[in-house]
Amino acid sequence: MKLLLVAPILLPLLTLVACLLLRRRHERLAAAVSVAGAVLLTLVGVELVVLAASGEILAGQMGGWAAPYGITLVIDRLAAAMVAIAGLIGLATVVYGLRADGDAAGCKDFHCFVHGLLTGVCGAFITGDVFNLYVWFEVMLIGSFALIALGAGARRLSGTVVYLFLNLLATLLFLLAAGLLYGAAGTLNMAGLAQQAAVGALTPPANLALVLMLLAFSIKAALFPVFGWLPAAYHVAWTPVSALFAALLTKVGVYALIRLVTLAWPQAGLAHEVLLWIACATMLVGVLGAAAQTEVRRILSFHIVSQVGYMVLGLALATPLALAGAVFYVIHHIVVKANLFFVGGVAARMTGSERLAAMGGLYARAPWLAVLFAIPALSLAGIPPLSGFWAKFVLVRASLEAEMWWAAAVALLTGLLTLLSMSKIWNEAFLKAHPAGETSLRAPLGRRRTYAVMAGLGALTVIFGLAAGPVFDYAQAAAAQLVDPSGYIRAVLGGGGA
Amino acid sequence: MEIVAALTVGVLVAIGIWMLLDRNLMRVVLGVVVLGNAINMAVMTAGRLGSEAAAFVSPAGVPAGAANPLPQALVLTAIVIGFALFAFALAVLKRAWAEHGSTETDRITAQAEAPAPDLADDRPGRAADWRGQMQR
Repeated sequence: MKLLLVAPILLPLLTLVACLLLRRRHERLAAAVSVAGAVLLTLVGVELVVLAASGEILAGQMGGWAAPYGITLVIDRLAAAMVAIAGLIGLATVVYGLRADGDAAGCKDFHCFVHGLLTGVCGAFITGDVFNLYVWFEVMLIGSFALIALGAGARRLSGTVVYLFLNLLATLLFLLAAGLLYGAAGTLNMAGLAQQAAVGALTPPANLALVLMLLAFSIKAALFPVFGWLPAAYHVAWTPVSALFAALLTKVGVYALIRLVTLAWPQAGLAHEVLLWIACATMLVGVLGAAAQTEVRRILSFHIVSQVGYMVLGLALATPLALAGAVFYVIHHIVVKANLFFVGGVAARMTGSERLAAMGGLYARAPWLAVLFAIPALSLAGIPPLSGFWAKFVLVRASLEAEMWWAAAVALLTGLLTLLSMSKIWNEAFLKAHPAGETSLRAPLGRRRTYAVMAGLGALTVIFGLAAGPVFDYAQAAAAQLVDPSGYIRAVLGGGGA
Repeated sequence: MEIVAALTVGVLVAIGIWMLLDRNLMRVVLGVVVLGNAINMAVMTAGRLGSEAAAFVSPAGVPAGAANPLPQALVLTAIVIGFALFAFALAVLKRAWAEHGSTETDRITAQAEAPAPDLADDRPGRAADWRGQMQR
């Protein structure tokens, strides 16, 4: 039981060490270990989901110190689902980037850093303590810095510099907020904070520190108006790296936002109202920004911003249905977004460019790639019966129930605009003839492995769409745990509390 | 004591932000370091200053006026992490300087915003080029 609790952190960490030891001499073995580690992490995630589905909350104190002082790890339904999906995306990324054709030199390091990143991501998902959240954010950041700079090149380094400094500022802000929160509330344990919040014992300084923390997480999650770093950096990284970032990094910010807001402000209040406005602005600005772009990965990057708005919309409405919608949306979006970046990478390699103007002719050359693009693209826009439709449907319905008509309208409008920019990619990259003529599309179709990854994620999107019932039930149960944190508090602090 | 610490933090934050706004990336890195130290000090101060006895718990009990070890542990962790990030930032900066021949923020961001070059990123030879340059 205890092992299962620390497994999401230990597994990627051990894989990282193994890859680090093997990468010089036994390159193939290191890659195999990396894949095996990612498979195991996914399996642990699935096991955790099964366990969490029964309603049990796993909690433990590392080092044996009692609750508010020790290092707390907690896994509830949301955390379990996030660990599982992080493992899955890690696996997809590792397989996709297994051996970039001829680029073996950078490849060995790639496996180490991916697992380093996964360590941080999983740690952030299962920690029950604000300061440790900061530490896991940093672990994740160091992994991501190394990944984004992988392979260097002047343009990529420029993107790295932007990404590096803006993220450093965000984490510094987070550290400051954590310190002030400790000074004001006397505890950094999330359950302890929730307990204080439940009896209304959070003082104005503590609330102020929480708001500062909210700002730090908003930067991480790329909310309006602090999303600038994301589209400025994601498009320069190596394709599998962009996909991994697009899927997981902003979601860690969103996850932290969901945790913080549901634990610290269980009742809807001013914070939720502000978040609602921010969510709507994020949706619109993101999708409009995407409309102005002319490169595949830039369009997709702006869409990340826009889609984060939907998740925060669910958080801001704060009804059980809306939270369930947010949880469903996070899971759906991680799968879809990673897949879109993967397909975009293959499309760019085949056509020889990422600029839409210089792409074309893919439908004639590789109709299956077109299908693999169409599935996540339509799902992102919210076309039934794919997963995105149900995610949007639940959120729109929740906003109608909360009588936020304009929020529902913004969500629907954003869906429409998303469809427009997806059709732009479709028209330019797939339908129209290649500007340099047919001969320029002679690039190989790519490896079967990458197609397996894209098809697997696409199938998952379809399954989430067709079998939305069970997935949504799970999301609803996870939301129930979020709405009523008493179970969380009891699991961490014990029956009597501390 | 807290007042002095708070004023120091304020001054350090001001210096840090001023340096962050510089167009030379080296000064931006140093600005982040100064800001990081200011924030470490703020965390320390938020955990209350004043008590000076070391927090060594003996069987006889906790010594009177023992310092709170938790903020110290937090700041120690933050210092270590901050140092690692500083080292990494310097490495990136050195590389960026080698690639661009300048560390001006405007030029570097302009490069990232430029349209994607054809097949720049997934080209196999790319990493090899980079290794070659490193050896030169």
